[in-house]
Order: sequence, then C-alpha cells, then structure tokens
Amino acid sequence: MLYREAGQFKASYSEDQQIFPIRQDRIAVAAIIAFFYLVVPFVASQYWLQAILIPVLIFSLAAIGLNILTGYAGQLSLGSAAFMAVGAFAAYNFMLRVPGMPVLAAFILGGLCAALVGIAFGLPSLRIKGFYLAVATLAAQFFIVWALTKFSWFSNNSSSGVITAQQVEIFGYAFISPEAKYLLTLAVVTVLALAAKNMVRSSIGRSWMAIRDMDVAAEVIGFRPMQTKLSAFAISSFYCGVAGALYAYTYLGTVEPEGFNLDLSFRILFMIIIGGVGSILGSFLGAAFIVLLPIFLNVSMHLLGGWVPQGLASNLELIVFGGLIIFFLIVEPHGLARLWQIGKEKLRLWPFPH
Amino acid sequence: MQFFLEVLIGGLLSGVMYALVALGFVLIYKASGVFNFAQGAMVFFAALTFVGVMELGVPFGFALIITFAAMVLLGVVTEKVVLRPLVNQPQITLFMATIGLTFFIEGLAQGMWGASVRGLEIPGVQDEPIAWAMDNWGIGISKFDLFAAVVSAVLVSVLAVFFNKTRTGRALRAVADDHQAALAIGIPLQNIWRIVWAVSGFVALVAGLMWGARNGVQFALTFVALKALPVLIIGGFESVAGAIVGGLIIGAAEKLGEVYIGPMVGGGIEGWFPYVMALLFLLVRPEGLFGEKHIDRV
Repeated sequence: MLYREAGQFKASYSEDQQIFPIRQDRIAVAAIIAFFYLVVPFVASQYWLQAILIPVLIFSLAAIGLNILTGYAGQLSLGSAAFMAVGAFAAYNFMLRVPGMPVLAAFILGGLCAALVGIAFGLPSLRIKGFYLAVATLAAQFFIVWALTKFSWFSNNSSSGVITAQQVEIFGYAFISPEAKYLLTLAVVTVLALAAKNMVRSSIGRSWMAIRDMDVAAEVIGFRPMQTKLSAFAISSFYCGVAGALYAYTYLGTVEPEGFNLDLSFRILFMIIIGGVGSILGSFLGAAFIVLLPIFLNVSMHLLGGWVPQGLASNLELIVFGGLIIFFLIVEPHGLARLWQIGKEKLRLWPFPH
Repeated sequence: MQFFLEVLIGGLLSGVMYALVALGFVLIYKASGVFNFAQGAMVFFAALTFVGVMELGVPFGFALIITFAAMVLLGVVTEKVVLRPLVNQPQITLFMATIGLTFFIEGLAQGMWGASVRGLEIPGVQDEPIAWAMDNWGIGISKFDLFAAVVSAVLVSVLAVFFNKTRTGRALRAVADDHQAALAIGIPLQNIWRIVWAVSGFVALVAGLMWGARNGVQFALTFVALKALPVLIIGGFESVAGAIVGGLIIGAAEKLGEVYIGPMVGGGIEGWFPYVMALLFLLVRPEGLFGEKHIDRV
C-alpha cells in the first residue's frame, strides 16, 4: 500500500530506460539527496560529520569500486586498500609537484593512476580465476604499500612515508570546516555513485555480469574477456583511488602507507558482503554498517560501565564483529540490499498477502 | 658458494615451516572446498592455548593433549555452527565466513589467555647452529630448523598413511573427489567434515608449536597464514605434496631474493616477493604445480 507503481505507464523508450523508472523511487531518491545536502550539514554535529558521515561516504565509494570488480565482474580482490593508497599518494604528488593544480583534477588524476595500477595487477585475471586470483591481488596489496613506504619520493621524503594533505581549495574557497569537507565529499560521491549506477545497467555493466556468470560462455557469445575484465579492474581501481584521495584530503588529513593495510581491504570486502554483492545501494548500507558497528559496540561497552575489563573489551569487540559477520552470512547471504528488496516487495502488497 | 648454500638451506628449512601452515589450508580445501582463511588464527589459538595451559603448571605432554582436545572441539563447533548452515553457498561466501571466524578466534584466544607475548620452549631443542655441520662444511644450520623439518616430515608421512591406508582416509579422499558420489555410496559427509576440521586443528597445533617456539607466541603468529598463501598458489590448493614443494620453493626463493635482490631495491622485500613470484608462476601454470586442471565447459 505504501508503495505502488500501478497506473504508471511508459510511453517511450527513454521513459522505460530511465534510472529510477518508478515515480516513488524518483521522489524518494531526490528527497534523500536533498536531505543530505540541505538538512544534514546544518543539524549534524562536528563529531557526526567528521567521524561518521565523511568516512561512511568515502568507504561507500571504495565499496562501490570493489563491488564493480567483485560483485559485477566476479573478480575477487583483496587489494582495494592498496588502490586507495595509490589514489591518495598520486593526488598528493600532483598537488605538490604541479603548481596551480586544481584539487578536483588531482583527485581525478589520482583515480586514473590507481586505474593504471589496477590494470597492471588485473592482467593475471586473464589467466587465473577464483581464489588463485584473490591471492594474486594480495601481491598488489603488499607490493604497493611496500613501494610507497620504501621510495620516499612518493611522500616527498618524509619519514616512514607519512603525507599531510594540502589544503583543499576550489575557486578560492578553502574547505576547512567539517561542513564544507562533508559537502565536497558528498558531491564527489553522488556524482560517482550515479555514474556507477548508470554504468552497471549499460552495455559495459552487462558485459561484466556476463563474464561474472560464466566467462567461457560470455567469450563464446562474443564478449572480449580481456577488455571486459581489464575495464572492470580499471574502473574499480579508479573508484578506489578517488576514495583514497578523499580519505587523505577530507577525512584524515594525514595518512601513511601502512594505514592502507590488508585490514582496510578486508573491511571494504566486509562492506560489500554485508551490504550486498552486486548492488550499489548495498555498498552504502554496508559501509554505514561497518563504520557504525565498532562505534556502536564501543558505546554499548561504555554503557555496561566497569563491568567489562579494559583488556577484554577490545577482544570482545573482535568476537562480536566476527560473530556478526558469520551471523549475517548465514541469515542473509545476499546482504542488507536484499533485505531492503524483500521489504519493498512486502510493502507493495501490504496489507494483502498476495 | 658456501654462503649461497647456507642461505639456500636456511630458506628450504624455513620453507618447511610455511608448508606446515599451508598443509592445514590444503586439508580443508580438499575435503570441503572451503578456503579456510582462519587457519592462521587457528595456529595462533593453538599456540596460545598450549602456552596458557603450560603456565597453569601442566606438564608438556599433558598440555599437548589438552590443546589437541581444544582444537578438535573448535573444529567440530566450527563445522556445526558456521559451515553446516552455509552448505551450498558460493565459495566466496564461505571464504568470507572464515574471515569472520578469524576475527572471532583471535578475539577468543586473546580474551582467554591475554595478549602478552610469551616464549615457548620445546625441551631439548635450541635455535643454535649444529656444531658438526659448522666444523665440517662451514655451513650454519639451525638445530631448531632441522627439528622443525623432521617434525613436518613425520607429520606429512603420518597424514599420507592416514589418507591412503585407513578407512576414514579413503572416505576423506572420496569426499574430496566428489561430494555427491560420496554421499550416494553412504559416506557421512558431516562426520567427514568434522574429522577434516579436527585434523587441520591438529596440523595448526603442530604449526603453532613450531612457529611459537621460533618467534614467540604473539599476535603476529596470525600473519603466518599470509606467508602460506603464495605457497598454496605455487603448490596448488588441492595437493598435500604441492604444499610441501611449494613451501620449499617459496622458502628458498624468499631468502635468496632477500639476500641477492633485496639490496638492489632497498631491502624489506620478503613481504611481497613470494607473492609476486607466485603471480609470475601462475602466468605459466594457472592451477599451481600439483593443482587439478580445470576444464571449462559451456
């Protein structure tokens, strides 16, 4: 009852093919976007903006990147954090070494550098599949972090590779306050998320899914595995790279290569698993879940007061985190996005059973 | 030449230690198709439990039995709580579940025994060069490394006998070959999985003792699993022999690479060198040395 598309007729192809074909969806998405642009910056506290909303947005972007590669093109990757690192360090170096570099252009160039690196490490995917490929992407993870630490040129000769992001300035306006940084992040994420949503329902997205479902069959009916797989690696790494640049410029400000370690890669992988593999919405839900969960656990530990000893608390967090992931996989292997889908189906018919 | 030999032998012996961890992966992958990322955490759990029990004043042999019982229990519970509900899910889901399991086991182990670094002594074995080899060939071979190699050799032969000569072992191989066919002839799949997890728990215990004695029992033990992954790639996920040979190759290549290539690029390459090597290796043989060749049909 809450949700009904009856009576909405499509009179032209373009109406049929639009990104949100149902009117309620369009209104809801517009309302959500308007809410996050117009309301949130004014009501959210500094803590919420800095510690929750900005990281959620950035991780959503990285999760979209990984989702393109793993969820849509079916290539399991454990190196997303490394591609974020490439994006962050490349953006930093463009800002540092090219005078008058616009910051948004630096983000894009950072993403492009990540895409190039992604293509290089994606080459083995033409030969190997499944877990062999997953382990192969670990090579990217370890090699890139090592190279960024080892060669001090990347970090302008700072000790142990720490870089401090330059001030973000667009057309003379300096993005210093959390609100401004939040809006900048939101703008980048909105554009890229909409682009991703469009990409996965266009021909390139369909070719990824064909390769994912069965690459030999896809090859037989005329998809080119090389172009398809490498484009998935490139675009996925581009998203991760831009997310990495944002991570350095709008979230942390100071990053080091070690910060982009395997743990971060796993967290991004968790996001898409819990959010939903092969779903753009799922990337957002998963990112929100994974960022909020430790905070929530922390707060609830705090509420329990002195009951939990300090040493146990962090271990309990690990246990609960691991347990929840297993629980989620057992209960809903297709993630939060699927739950949302089921809820929507139910609401369409409610209160009738059929 | 002497130096080269010393590095090579040191590498081969440490490769045996990698093989020990890789073996645990292979056992579970063979029997249930699960890529068990939690193997490293299991190694950590075993070593920590063993040291913890020892600290309570339990003698060595007895502590070994208690830890083994704990590992079997862990394996059985894992099978029941994690894997059984996830039967028929895609492999990536199972893989993710084992990553969740990794966090769980790490938290559990540290929650139970504390996070401090402990030493672990295996009686009668010290990490010192063998005097005889030093005198005669001028090559330093650590007693401890040699001991670890012998233990692994014994373990592998025991496993080989178990797999080839016992009824359970044959059932295990049948399940590994084809789940459905094994079920059809009346092999209880769940029992088999429980046994596999228990056996890999035992392998984790042995690996935990060796690595714990070498590096101290600490959180870093969980990273040992990451060292074992290139070994798996080179050897192939399905092959016990592959795990051993892969371990030897990786161990030797890692040490030689560190000594001969490392100085050219500034050192510290042992973190990624095995991976890049495994990657290059895969380009030639995508299924590893002894892995099963996949034939794709449309």
